[in-house]
Amino acid sequence: MKILVCVTSVPDTTTKITFTDNNTKLNKAGVTFITGPYDDYALARAVELKEQAGGTVTVLNVGGADAEPVIRKCLAIGADDAIRVNAEPTDAYFVAEQIAAIAKDASYELILMGRESIDYNGGQVHGIVAELLGLPSISPVMVLNIDGDTAKITREIEGGKEEIEAKLPLVLGCQEPIAEWKIPNMRGIMTARTKPLKVVEPVANEQLTAVSHYELPAPRGAVKMIPADEAEKLIQLLHTEAKVI
Amino acid sequence: MSVLIFVELDEGKLKKSSQEAIFYGAKVAEMTGTTATAIAVGQADDSELATAGRFGATKVLHASDTRLNEPNGMAYATVVAAAAQQEGSTVVVLAKSSLADAMTARLAGKLKAGLAANVIELPDLSNGFVVKSSIYTGKAFAYNELKAGIKILAIKKNTITPEETDASATVDSFSPALNDSDFVISVKSTEKATGDILLPEADLVVSAGRGMKGPENWGLVEDLAHALHAATACSKPVSDLDWRPHHEHVGQTGIKISPNLYIACGISGAIQHLAGVNSSKVIVVINKDADAPFFKSADYGIVGDVFEVLPRLTAAVKAL
Ligand SMILES: Cc1cc2nc3c(=O)[nH]c(=O)nc-3n(C[C@H](O)[C@H](O)[C@H](O)COP(=O)(O)OP(=O)(O)OC[C@H]3O[C@@H](n4cnc5c(N)ncnc54)[C@H](O)[C@@H]3O)c2cc1C
Repeated sequence: MKILVCVTSVPDTTTKITFTDNNTKLNKAGVTFITGPYDDYALARAVELKEQAGGTVTVLNVGGADAEPVIRKCLAIGADDAIRVNAEPTDAYFVAEQIAAIAKDASYELILMGRESIDYNGGQVHGIVAELLGLPSISPVMVLNIDGDTAKITREIEGGKEEIEAKLPLVLGCQEPIAEWKIPNMRGIMTARTKPLKVVEPVANEQLTAVSHYELPAPRGAVKMIPADEAEKLIQLLHTEAKVI
Repeated sequence: MSVLIFVELDEGKLKKSSQEAIFYGAKVAEMTGTTATAIAVGQADDSELATAGRFGATKVLHASDTRLNEPNGMAYATVVAAAAQQEGSTVVVLAKSSLADAMTARLAGKLKAGLAANVIELPDLSNGFVVKSSIYTGKAFAYNELKAGIKILAIKKNTITPEETDASATVDSFSPALNDSDFVISVKSTEKATGDILLPEADLVVSAGRGMKGPENWGLVEDLAHALHAATACSKPVSDLDWRPHHEHVGQTGIKISPNLYIACGISGAIQHLAGVNSSKVIVVINKDADAPFFKSADYGIVGDVFEVLPRLTAAVKAL
């Protein structure tokens, strides 16, 4: 099976987000970049499927050269080769157009990615890719098994889940517990260095959105502590002071 | 030219989040000198659909083809795109939900629209069309200028507080052409908690973590939630351990919520947990460890044992 896994390079989940240049740029100083946690689930499942049934896993990132450590890590985890579209992503549509351009004639049976990136949390890229390629899209996928040309999927819905079947090819947004995150081993890290990483230039794109600037949330006021032996007071305060109940 | 609002139905009733979306869409219509049209897909009575008028819609398009009875993101996107075309809409509003998430992207692809997800305020039209959205899982905001001819806004819960009038909307049936290719996914079975308040829709949420020690103790959490008419949520380890179903898991890798009140019981307040709940209006933390990091992000706190505090809170709510 031919699988494409699209990954983002995002600030580590413990990052304290700040901005520079008059709040127009993310302050990258001291920030560790990681593979998007949801993308990591997608990659882990792709590698498992390849180990079970054979095939190839290609990793795709739309990003600058500074995303390469994240791409190499994906290769170390078990992807066979990688493509980087050399462009700073501007929005979901832009990224999706780049992915669709790569996937258009490449006959991937599965195009996997995280349900959303953890920087913009849009959760839109898989759907736009699928729309541009004329394929079905399903998200968020919690279980993925392949039986011949059919995918058997569990998708989360509000307050529950549903069992789905659909014919390949498909575009899927993944989340836990589709697979356990994988940590690269020494051998993986060594072989990753020589696996092919192709850099391609982006396809032209009309800019549909632009971020003018960023802002940080106002800090919460000081916490009001209530002694445990007067716990009932909390309910009074929520009723009369905060007025939320 | 009207602003188009997708209305999600739950057993034939307008979802609360959709009422918020209609009110939001009607405000945008007011700002841009046009009217608000709602598009409802699936089965519902005209009298129910007409209530969209109370939140500011003048007209409701109703697509009730039986093939649309079950939520289907792809087919619903086709219907909404057709409605946008018919109405000449340049702004489409949806309330974020799992169905809306499946639709917005397909819709953006079809309409080549400028899309803003997680919108939290009305647009600023003083210089282009700029919307504020939540990014980095609630840790920051972005001001996005939507430059495309068609703009899609997916709004987060609690973006706006709807006000009701006694107006009523006209209901027109709407039967666009459907694509067979939108019906290729077959849903074999659905498992859905019934009778509970849906977490993403809930105004009040009682959430608990590993401090509850085990699933057998969740009765204490549920008692308080029932007394408050709140939904229940949990931290990631709790769903990883299968103490609670995955759809209750909030945080960086779970659901992101923005209720009026979030009560965290026996949750340490890891940054990845906060990411999913930090846009709650009021946060209450109950933890036996006075140094638990969550207290730094709380509005109210109790240092105490959840096994003692929870029953007292439940009793106090019942006494209100
Ligand atoms: C990439 C990544 C993504 C993640 N995503 C998420 C996510 O989406 N959501 C999430 O929740 N976590 C997430 N995590 C995990 C997160 O880092 C924490 O491990 C997790 O939130 C801890 O859950 P907890 O607070 O229930 O448990 P713990 O950290 O074990 O905390 C339990 C708390 O209960 C208190 N306690 C114990 N007994 C009592 C008692 N009797 N009465 C009162 N208090 C008591 C303790 O003092 C402690 O503070 C993620 C981690 C990573 C690395």
